[in-house]
Amino acid sequence: MENYEALVHRTFGGQRPDVRDPKVLAWLIRRNGLEMTHLSRGSHIGSVFSVAEIIAVLYARILKVDPRNPKMPDRDRLILSKGHAGSAVYAALAETGFFPVERLKTHYADGSTLSGHVSHKGVPGVEVSTGSLGHGLGIGVGMALGARMDGASWRTYVVMGDGECDEGAVWEAALQAAQYGLDRLIAVVDYNHMQSLTTVEETLRLEPFEAKWRDFGWNVRSVNGHDPEALEQAFVQAKEAAGSGKPNMILAHTVKGKGVSFMENNILWHYRTPQGGEYEAALKELEAERP
Amino acid sequence: MRDAFVRVLLESMAANDRIVLITGDLGFGVLRPVWERFPKQILNAGIAEQSMVSMAAGLAATGRTVLVYSIGNFPTLRPLEQIRNDCAYHGADVKIVCVGGGFVYGSLGMSHHATEDQSILRALPGVTCFTPGDPAEAEWAVREALRTPGTCYLRLGRANEPKVHASALPDVRGPLSLTLQTGGDLAILSSGGILTQAVEAARLLAEKGIRAEVVSFPSLKPLDEAKVKELLDRFRRIVTVEENTVVGGFGSAVCEIAAEAGTGCRVRRIGLEDTYSTVVGSQQYLRQVYGIDGPSIAGKAEAFLHE
Repeated sequence: MENYEALVHRTFGGQRPDVRDPKVLAWLIRRNGLEMTHLSRGSHIGSVFSVAEIIAVLYARILKVDPRNPKMPDRDRLILSKGHAGSAVYAALAETGFFPVERLKTHYADGSTLSGHVSHKGVPGVEVSTGSLGHGLGIGVGMALGARMDGASWRTYVVMGDGECDEGAVWEAALQAAQYGLDRLIAVVDYNHMQSLTTVEETLRLEPFEAKWRDFGWNVRSVNGHDPEALEQAFVQAKEAAGSGKPNMILAHTVKGKGVSFMENNILWHYRTPQGGEYEAALKELEAERP
Repeated sequence: MRDAFVRVLLESMAANDRIVLITGDLGFGVLRPVWERFPKQILNAGIAEQSMVSMAAGLAATGRTVLVYSIGNFPTLRPLEQIRNDCAYHGADVKIVCVGGGFVYGSLGMSHHATEDQSILRALPGVTCFTPGDPAEAEWAVREALRTPGTCYLRLGRANEPKVHASALPDVRGPLSLTLQTGGDLAILSSGGILTQAVEAARLLAEKGIRAEVVSFPSLKPLDEAKVKELLDRFRRIVTVEENTVVGGFGSAVCEIAAEAGTGCRVRRIGLEDTYSTVVGSQQYLRQVYGIDGPSIAGKAEAFLHE
């Protein structure tokens, strides 16, 4: 197999992609996500494509993290609570220098530490291992509490799924975050309206979703989750809400499978692995859209 | 045991402001001195045990020792996956504290009877388990849990239990086992608050001329394996007692060692026989009903000796 990094970067014609540009980083998340799920015959590509801009904006523009010092004490903490989109975070970490891009090809492989669901063991930059849904917000509440007890300025970010909000523990943590007034906690829901078997609406309805979070005592912003500028603005506003005494929720309206026409809003691509002609077609579409 | 816990906790919090306790909306009177003296080191998570344990893991990730306090099965079985994934897998310095192990809340019913937690928590990698048998053992166990890095489980009894040990235990590092009396005919191995019944059984056996050695194991995991092996070498009959199901708990732990050691010593587990409680009553009443009070243990041990 040709050098993995050269393969996923080939459309940049030898130029180093500018990963501080969220559009570029989002594209790289999708390109790596496609390659990783293709090589590993892995799943959840639809979720990776859905969350790509959210993760890209966080790593390119928002998070105070240092790839050369992943354990920097005053770093921002990111918890990917929808751990099944782990390859999006792995890709963002590799592309921003936490570990070699080449390592991404070991995703799912025998003996690899890049597990299907995001893992912190042996992966610099990952704070918390997840995979069972509904844990991340509670962990984030604890981290935000700890930061406040220390008088620290860093923030805690939790990226959740909409289907994940079926879990009761999410709402336990939602109550706790509001009760403790954790205004340096910023959660974002990748609201693509699809879960494992069918749509959110046909499973457990979340609407009126914005009102739910507001009624739980959160500051809420709804944005287009594929618009990097809108996302960045929402994150900046959420950061500025420190002092409001309320935790912050960003409802990012997204499309599952975003970026490849035949994957968009198609539940099949929660689990299906891109192989053969489907892989080729997806690659062609992605490469045509490279920013 | 509960009072010993609070005493050591207050002492430890005074010495270390990075010790935090989260309660699941329980401990009204018990935790009052903590609220009064260390209001910045105690939080109420509400009746939300799953998130409480996740929160504890997150708080521990900021360099704190976090105790999670509740009763019965609420801090263990309810948030079991949070203990496994968020705490143990991350090596989080979280101490799960259960007050009311076994039939302490006897009259409250099956939901409040913690009778499988020893087995289930023991099965989790990365969880150090303490099941003290009396207030002195509890005091040792709380100190030991606080200085043991990572996730621990502390199964306590209630308040005002009888003392088995006359004085405080030596401040040694675990795994700990304590020989209460020596005897040549059989050994009774006990873990947890059932210790008083093990001692009572030994007394009843002595009246019949049967000399039982009684050893308490406040460290459930890791177990003092060397001590168990020594007992397996010295005795032909060992009885284990616990206020917990016989499936997978303390007795099973002893059997695992016995089977691998192959010394020829037989082991009989005494505990709940793979069943839930269906009646209520005082702790002592339920121990009698389920065959784990002193006379029941003595009867089973004697029969086993003559098999």
